[in-house]
Amino acid sequence: MKLLIKNGVIVTPNGEKKSDLLIENDKISRIAPAIDEKCKTVDASGKHVLAGLIDMHVHLREPGFEGKEDIESGCKAAVKGGVTQVCCMPNTNPVNDNAVVTTYIKHRANEVNLCKVNPVGCITKGQEGESLSDIGKMKSAGIVAISDDGKSVDNSLIMRLAMEYANGFNLKCLCHCEDKKLVDGGVVNEGYNSTLAGLKGSPRAAEDIMIARDIALSESLDIPVHICHVSTYSGVELIRNAKKRGVKVTAETCPHYFILTDDIITSYDTNTKVNPPVREDRDRQAIIAGLKDGTLDCIVTDHAPHSQKDKQVEYNLAAFGISGIETSFALSYTYLVKTGIMSLQELSKKMSKNPANILSLDGGEIKEGAVADITIVDLNKKYTIDGNKFVSKGKNTPFNGYEVFGEVNYTIVDGEIKYADGGK
Amino acid sequence: MLKNKDLLGLKDCTAEEIYEILDTAEQMKKLLNSDCKQSDMLRGKALVTLFYENSTRTRSSFELAAKYLGASEVNISVATSSVQKGETLIDTGETLDAMNVDYIVIRHPMAGAPKLLSEHVKASVLNGGDGMHEHPTQALLDMFTVREKYGKIEGLKIAILGDIKHSRVAMSNLFGLKKLGAEVYMYAPATMMPKDIDKLGAHIAKSREEAVEGADAVMGLRIQLERQHGGLFPSLSEYAKYYGVNDAVLKYAKKDAIVLHPGPVNRGVELTPQVIDGEKSLILEQVKNGVAVRMALLKLLGEYREAHL
Repeated sequence: MKLLIKNGVIVTPNGEKKSDLLIENDKISRIAPAIDEKCKTVDASGKHVLAGLIDMHVHLREPGFEGKEDIESGCKAAVKGGVTQVCCMPNTNPVNDNAVVTTYIKHRANEVNLCKVNPVGCITKGQEGESLSDIGKMKSAGIVAISDDGKSVDNSLIMRLAMEYANGFNLKCLCHCEDKKLVDGGVVNEGYNSTLAGLKGSPRAAEDIMIARDIALSESLDIPVHICHVSTYSGVELIRNAKKRGVKVTAETCPHYFILTDDIITSYDTNTKVNPPVREDRDRQAIIAGLKDGTLDCIVTDHAPHSQKDKQVEYNLAAFGISGIETSFALSYTYLVKTGIMSLQELSKKMSKNPANILSLDGGEIKEGAVADITIVDLNKKYTIDGNKFVSKGKNTPFNGYEVFGEVNYTIVDGEIKYADGGK
Repeated sequence: MLKNKDLLGLKDCTAEEIYEILDTAEQMKKLLNSDCKQSDMLRGKALVTLFYENSTRTRSSFELAAKYLGASEVNISVATSSVQKGETLIDTGETLDAMNVDYIVIRHPMAGAPKLLSEHVKASVLNGGDGMHEHPTQALLDMFTVREKYGKIEGLKIAILGDIKHSRVAMSNLFGLKKLGAEVYMYAPATMMPKDIDKLGAHIAKSREEAVEGADAVMGLRIQLERQHGGLFPSLSEYAKYYGVNDAVLKYAKKDAIVLHPGPVNRGVELTPQVIDGEKSLILEQVKNGVAVRMALLKLLGEYREAHL
């Protein structure tokens, strides 16, 4: 099986170059100015050819919450968003704390056969923070990392043991950083807007304390750790300083943290409710600076689809989360590259090479011999985000009406076209 | 003429609207004080009070306001505990709407609930208190009481002491009083002061005395014992000693200053019994004014409905 991509601009960490690209089976076999080959051909004239996007933080909701999303709808949404690999968080029902659930997820993903699905296993049994889950067995079944995402492991001893044990299996802890006692039921960022709206606020310290703790554990144990969805300026600073000291910490953030501020919460639109909460402009600016200087390694979506009934309620009762996987590239491109903050190559790294490196995944770059996971985008195509048009079951986005650039035209996984304009 | 079908808060009211409500409430107070406090102004209209939290005065005040103006009224109480498992707020609202009610007064423990309801019903929604957000009718009756005493609000100094952080009364008063040109001073333990309230125009006093110094009105706020889970202050006696309003504190206020409290008062905590029962206290007059203000709102929202719906 061969697939030829003609006339596209190939984006690699070294630069952009107009070139043709030939795929044979699941590998990139040749990159050259003019390749003539009688095979299926994609005309990429005027388009950019990127290493397939890797979103290392998504919620596919299956098993257990298929009303919000399932592996099929989530993978359809992923490839529509140009994403070739996802890492799915374990807070399903049952939670993914054992090899049976891991195997089920892998099996369903194979049946669906769209993007690659890399399950993340729980750190602790039942995500209860008390005893370690079957980390080794889950690794054998296919997990790529562990996380109690949605919660922190409150007990620092358990966290230490988890990091040490998982490191023996070359697995990293992906840390959801939240001191729940300090959050104290807060649903938005604590500040001017929480006061104005009368909604209970959660201080930055609730996130920062756990970031600092997990950095401290990483530093004292000399074991790598990854910080999830950073939202505070002070969290960025903690990570920046730790990296300067040589701590093996990596970190991610999401488009909503570098685009939005909590000015939007006073509408009580529950699509703005997300954990951690969107914060203030100072934080937004710091997240951008952190992405630019490498403090924040990658952009993920924390894709958190919810059904209408989870969101059409009082703000306090609404579920946390944003359905983001279909908009992450366009939002990131529009707000980071179009604005001149970073180059397309740098963005591409944040969305594929870096997550691949952090989790030792195959993929993330375009070169001869590499796996043929490729995303082709039209950077000049402008469109308006409309959550109702999402293929994800979760229509919950705070970005309705945003005009963005960068439409995904093709998503190719292991050399096969999994998404083409119009879902062909 | 009011500009909206609902009264969700004072943040979005103009000074003109607030004056119109206060002026109308003056006429209503005359009716309320007359021998026959009955009008047929709202005959054929229906009001529902939908309360997800306990209330004595706000609810009975609205009910009497409706009755004095000739409207029918019905009460619905929903236990807070059933909010999460029972019918959704939107479904409840649509059900009430189907019964052709004209007004829904809602009290709810969560900020924004009245707004959510208002977006799904044709009835006029009146916010009877939502979480830590707003309690506009309480602030209106407070402003009415202040204006009745001084003939104006502009240029006055109002001191608000107590649990500002959890107080929707404080928020609505801050919005309303600032719009009418008053200066608002606040004082509370730091654990009870919401973040960035100064950016909304409040002066955060460094002491009780600074807050009360030269004030025309001193408002104590209820310590929401039921809304706390400990730790905001060490004990009621310590609170009373350092943050309560007593006669010694009131000496710093203007000579003929008035004392207000939204009630119910924790006697000896926010205010000493001497202050509650003293000559400066207008706490019971506030209650009466509450009925007048709510009558005025029902009348004005009724006029809006006639004109627009």
